[in-house]
Amino acid sequence: MPVQVLMPALSPTMTEGTLAKWHKKVGDDVQSGDVIAEIETDKATMEVEAVEEGKLGKILVEEGTEGVAVNTLIALILEEDEDESALEGVDASPKSEAKPSKSAEQPSEPSPQPKQQAALQQASGSNDGNRIKASPLAKRMAEQAGLDLGQISGSGPNGRIVKSDIEAALSGGQPKAAAQAAPQAAAPASQPAARAPSATVPAVMGEGSFTDEPVSSMRKVIAERLTESKQTIPHFYLTVECEIDALLAMRKDLNDRAPKGDGAYKLSVNDFVVRATALAMRKVPTVNASWQGDFIRKFHRVDISVAVATKSGLITPVVKDADNKGLAEISAEVKDLAARAQEGKLLPEEYQGGGFTISNMGMYDVKEFAAIINPPQSAIMAVSTGAQQPVVKDGALAIATVMNCTLSADHRVVDGAVGAEFMAAFKKLIEEPLTMLL
Amino acid sequence: MSESSFDLIVIGAGPGGYVTAIRASQLGMKTAVIEREHLGGICLNWGCIPTKALLRTSEIYHNIQRADDFGIKVKDFSFDIKKVIERSRGVAKQLSDGVAYLLKKNKVTVIDGAGKLASKGKVTVEKDGKKVGDFEAKHIILATGARARALPGLEPDGKLIWTYKEAMVPDMFPKSLLVIGSGAIGIEFASFYRTLGADVTVVEVMDRVLPVEDEEISGLAHKAFEKQGMTILTKTEVKALKKGKNNVTATIAANGKSEEKTFDRVILAVGIVGNVEDIGLENTKIKVEKTHVVTDEWSQTNEPGVYAIGDLTGPPWLAHKASHEGVICVEKIAGVKDVHPLKTGRIPGCTYCLPQVASVGLTEAKAKELGRKIRVGRFPFMGNGKAIALGEPEGLIKTVFDAETGELLGAHMIGAEVTELIQGYAVAMTLETTEAELMHTVYPHPTLSEMMHEAVLDAYDRTIHF
Repeated sequence: MPVQVLMPALSPTMTEGTLAKWHKKVGDDVQSGDVIAEIETDKATMEVEAVEEGKLGKILVEEGTEGVAVNTLIALILEEDEDESALEGVDASPKSEAKPSKSAEQPSEPSPQPKQQAALQQASGSNDGNRIKASPLAKRMAEQAGLDLGQISGSGPNGRIVKSDIEAALSGGQPKAAAQAAPQAAAPASQPAARAPSATVPAVMGEGSFTDEPVSSMRKVIAERLTESKQTIPHFYLTVECEIDALLAMRKDLNDRAPKGDGAYKLSVNDFVVRATALAMRKVPTVNASWQGDFIRKFHRVDISVAVATKSGLITPVVKDADNKGLAEISAEVKDLAARAQEGKLLPEEYQGGGFTISNMGMYDVKEFAAIINPPQSAIMAVSTGAQQPVVKDGALAIATVMNCTLSADHRVVDGAVGAEFMAAFKKLIEEPLTMLL
Repeated sequence: MSESSFDLIVIGAGPGGYVTAIRASQLGMKTAVIEREHLGGICLNWGCIPTKALLRTSEIYHNIQRADDFGIKVKDFSFDIKKVIERSRGVAKQLSDGVAYLLKKNKVTVIDGAGKLASKGKVTVEKDGKKVGDFEAKHIILATGARARALPGLEPDGKLIWTYKEAMVPDMFPKSLLVIGSGAIGIEFASFYRTLGADVTVVEVMDRVLPVEDEEISGLAHKAFEKQGMTILTKTEVKALKKGKNNVTATIAANGKSEEKTFDRVILAVGIVGNVEDIGLENTKIKVEKTHVVTDEWSQTNEPGVYAIGDLTGPPWLAHKASHEGVICVEKIAGVKDVHPLKTGRIPGCTYCLPQVASVGLTEAKAKELGRKIRVGRFPFMGNGKAIALGEPEGLIKTVFDAETGELLGAHMIGAEVTELIQGYAVAMTLETTEAELMHTVYPHPTLSEMMHEAVLDAYDRTIHF
């Protein structure tokens, strides 16, 4: 039997992806570990490696095909002793195992559910809105805890919700993916996400030609999530003006001291912003939390998402445990994450999670802006350009480099005064950068 | 020779090894299993299977002894120990041949010899001092099992001081027998020999027999054994064994006092040690703790590409645990979806003595220790129609539930046929039942299994038949 190559699930919530590129053609030899294709998802592009050895016998999904469901049969690899005749009669319906098992211990599953596994998720569960599959114990535990089964995904057989899923939902957070996934299609269980095709496009008015560009999966997710954020989160905004001359001087000083080669670093203003934010979050931990309806989840670790603009859209890799990292470490990590984000090569655990986001548009000369909160976080900091401005010092005009920072906060979690307290702490650290050593 | 390269090599063809090899083959992996002695391992050849054959003989003998209760007159009856043993050996051989057939049917290559890790991905095999060959595989599973543990001063000699092996092929039927250790192995032999008429003394260093079972069950077992005429000495140690010509004198100590007693034979049943020697662990990162290989929830050792299952690893040391560990291990390797690590708390344990003992999950004491608020249900065999009709009125079925969620935390039984009944509770636990589903399940009447229903009802003060 030729070996079946199935569309892999590259993240717990991936349901479909684009088969971007084939690296092998029919007839090519395939060794275990060879990259045979590239899959593009809403977040990143990843390589698919061959597990088996043999010859690529047949490609069933062409390069560039979008919307390929997870577990779809995409190719067949002929084993050592097989030839093309082995390809005939291989039915294209994917099986849940590499080889069909003779002893059908389970009643044959229809196409295996391309859904999530263990990890704590807020995504709409394995349930198609009708029957929710859960063990009797899980049902009772959910009832007792007031949890909505529709919001929990199941790790049991066929996506069944079991005791451990309820326990995970109650205890909050698994060791690996700290807190929730950030940019996930968190569609409420009652209605499937707006994947409904063609809303009626109003007749275009006026003359002029136009181009309709198909929406990439990444753009779809950005649209969904940020719309949901603006519609459901009561945003309020706080701006502080930070004088960053001392910070710039310290930055120059530290950068001048950087060794060459091993241990080299080049600090940017944003690195200081990340550290100051992390320390301010320690001082005012209320902003490091998430609104969960019946309760507010307070995160124990300070994980900061750093917004990175890539050619395909916005992505937020996470600097974990940021309050325990020094400037050089933060700098190296952000550079590495940003570079890989640009290439679409981030691993899911690198962009999931995070309790707070920083969006820095300083390099674009933006004077002030307010960002949109990334649910399930409760706040986001918009950092603008530092520019020379007239300021008043001791009653006289002086010149200082001023950088505006605007906090957008979720008023369900962060009250005005708390937000102001946080920004005050942040501003103090930025204006007196030496205190970041404490 | 291309027949030396595999996807998976399993070292050891006991219930862990051969089941794993067959599953791997089902999943499309080119598999070889290396066995140095006999297919089926200890379980099939010198453990589970032959002992159950022996215990069947003693069970029948026991029933013949009370045939009069059932209105049957039996004048003369006796047992021929040689034939008893012969039957058990025949059963073992039949099953071992069966394993050979299954491996062949599933196209698993069987290599005769002792396998040893040579280097990364390579196994070398020797037989009778000569090299059989070198084999390679991306994944290697160690399933070499375990053997009887000896204690200082209490070493088996294969003649007068027996381990389980000699105990199942005795050179003579002992008139008096000392069994050291009251775990499943010790108790099963004690029960076998006592039922057939030997004078049996069981010495246990803990404060109760069958110490892993629920306390209440241990207590009932103790009473039952004493009623059968066994001498049970708990909180007692055997300090020394002195061999005579055809007997052994043991120094038995308790409460600071010690005395000497002589027995025809002694059975050492004080635990097992993993077979970690001579399998090439030295040059690997594999960690061994207290004679067992350390593994994670997927049976991986510290050496990438090398796994370990069964008695070679941690407890419980049961054949079905080994089999499931191995299956999960290869399913994970093969990338099967929805694979979860084994939940050891849902593995049932059975002891086939008279009366039988079976359990799954937490004991009452352990549940309390973990801080759970519990509800306990009990039902005695005395209240069950079938039990009385069978002439088996002694026994108890006990359930332990979480008082808040109704989760079945544990079930413990003692009495006729309970080893066959326990699966019902094991299935219930896997399906994550609450008491409600068990109460709604219709158990057939008249059966012993109805007690399982009543024991659930009793936990909620709703029992009908007692």
